[in-house]
Amino acid sequence: MLLLKVENLNVYYGAIHALKGISLEVNEGEIVTLIGANGAGKSTTLKTISGLLRPQSGTITYQGQNVNGLPAQAIVKMGISQVPEGRRIFPNLTVRENLELGAYLRRDREGINKSMQEVFRRFPRLKERQKQMAGTLSGGEQQMLAIGRALMSRPKLMLLDEPSMGLAPILVQEIFNIIREINEQGTTILLVEQNANMALSVAHRGYVLETGRITLAGSAADLANSEAVKKAYLGG
Amino acid sequence: MAVFLQQIINGLSLGSIYALIALGYTMVYGIIQLINFAHGDILMVGAYIAFFGVVYLKLNIWLAFIISMIGSAILGVLIERVAYKPLRNAGRLAPLITAIGVSLFLENGGLMVLGTEIRSYPAGLITSAQLPLAIFGIKLTATTLQLLILAITIAMMIILQYIVHYTWAGKAMRAVSYDPDAARLMGINVDNTISVTFALGSAFAAVAGILLGLYYNTIHPLMGIMPGLKAFVAAVIGGIGLIPGAMVGGFALGIFETMVSGYWSSKLRDPIVFLLLILILLVKPSGLLGKNNTEKV
Repeated sequence: MLLLKVENLNVYYGAIHALKGISLEVNEGEIVTLIGANGAGKSTTLKTISGLLRPQSGTITYQGQNVNGLPAQAIVKMGISQVPEGRRIFPNLTVRENLELGAYLRRDREGINKSMQEVFRRFPRLKERQKQMAGTLSGGEQQMLAIGRALMSRPKLMLLDEPSMGLAPILVQEIFNIIREINEQGTTILLVEQNANMALSVAHRGYVLETGRITLAGSAADLANSEAVKKAYLGG
Repeated sequence: MAVFLQQIINGLSLGSIYALIALGYTMVYGIIQLINFAHGDILMVGAYIAFFGVVYLKLNIWLAFIISMIGSAILGVLIERVAYKPLRNAGRLAPLITAIGVSLFLENGGLMVLGTEIRSYPAGLITSAQLPLAIFGIKLTATTLQLLILAITIAMMIILQYIVHYTWAGKAMRAVSYDPDAARLMGINVDNTISVTFALGSAFAAVAGILLGLYYNTIHPLMGIMPGLKAFVAAVIGGIGLIPGAMVGGFALGIFETMVSGYWSSKLRDPIVFLLLILILLVKPSGLLGKNNTEKV
């Protein structure tokens, strides 16, 4: 079932035409990845879907509803939650407070507590450090906190922006295992990555983005075997 | 020694008032990086709301406090929505100049509407008695009003700490002040959170305005200028953007100022305070409690 449909999206940063008519689809239950080089427009795509940026033209349809230009809080409320690039946790708040902020739009105290316990089960290290300032966590722990925080809103669709950035290879593997797990438990995922290898290994389908345009699309396996992708992104 | 201790007592009351005003400066700066130069004038409006409530509506002083806080909070939010919000993406200079404009508007509007006459709260509004104090056998005096000012300030600070640390609005304020975009992704309405911040800061200024009127026994339309500037200095001394900094800076400046007038000359009080501002900006621009971090890009 179609969950998110982006059609002919055009986004400008001032005079820079960042997205030049992008179209993509995400079905319920999928992991879809958006790969491409630095500056291709991957983050811009996610920020536009989550309502941080306004598109000049084009449509974004989520669950059959047009969500173009809605403010970010309305998008979160509808069940889309973004894990931003660079994690963007609140370093001056405790780990627990960061998670609570993820549930900002929820007012069901018991439900929030339940979600918090689920996050703690998934990330035991966050439970140990719940009273610590989030800024004192290691990079990997901060990424876990950012993912846990996004889960606190009980999203149907999770937008993940460069979750592997700046992490040691062993942690990258761990984060990707977690992403797969979250997906298996019913959350649809749109994943933006520079680490194309990793991204294609967990995703069902993928799109290749080059300077604001989608140049290739297909199943993750097809993309991983495509000569163009191998040459440009897989170092082969 | 007697002068020293006495000036500490006097400095604590003055410092309380500075701290209350500085909190508003620092909260607004923390959330939108704007020095709200109209903040001192909101204090004046707060003092007048209470004055008219007490004199014409025969309100009890405590009720007047509450009404003045509400009125000033509404004014603060209104100023933000009308004057600052349209400039949210215009860089820092335009809102700063606008703030000076709003300040001049309130001052001259105040002079126009209220006239130039100096008023004072009715006598006996708060019974102020001299309290004899003795510390280490040294005789000192404090008035009940001074104690009241200190008590109200400490109570307000406790309430603020509670709001900032334990309520959803407070958590939203801290999130927005650190990273507005990340806060948006949590579903926080940034505009509303900014309004809450202005409302809180303005309500605190109203309390400071009334206390100032009671302390000096005068209110007039320009009464907010000097305390506003002094509280700005206090906020910078403590570290602008930091709530504990505003508290520490307020008390520190109050005591420093009374020491200067106690030991030296009350004429030198104001220039020395601003000299202190210059020194702080040269030596430790992040303030007493601030970390020396570079500007976020």
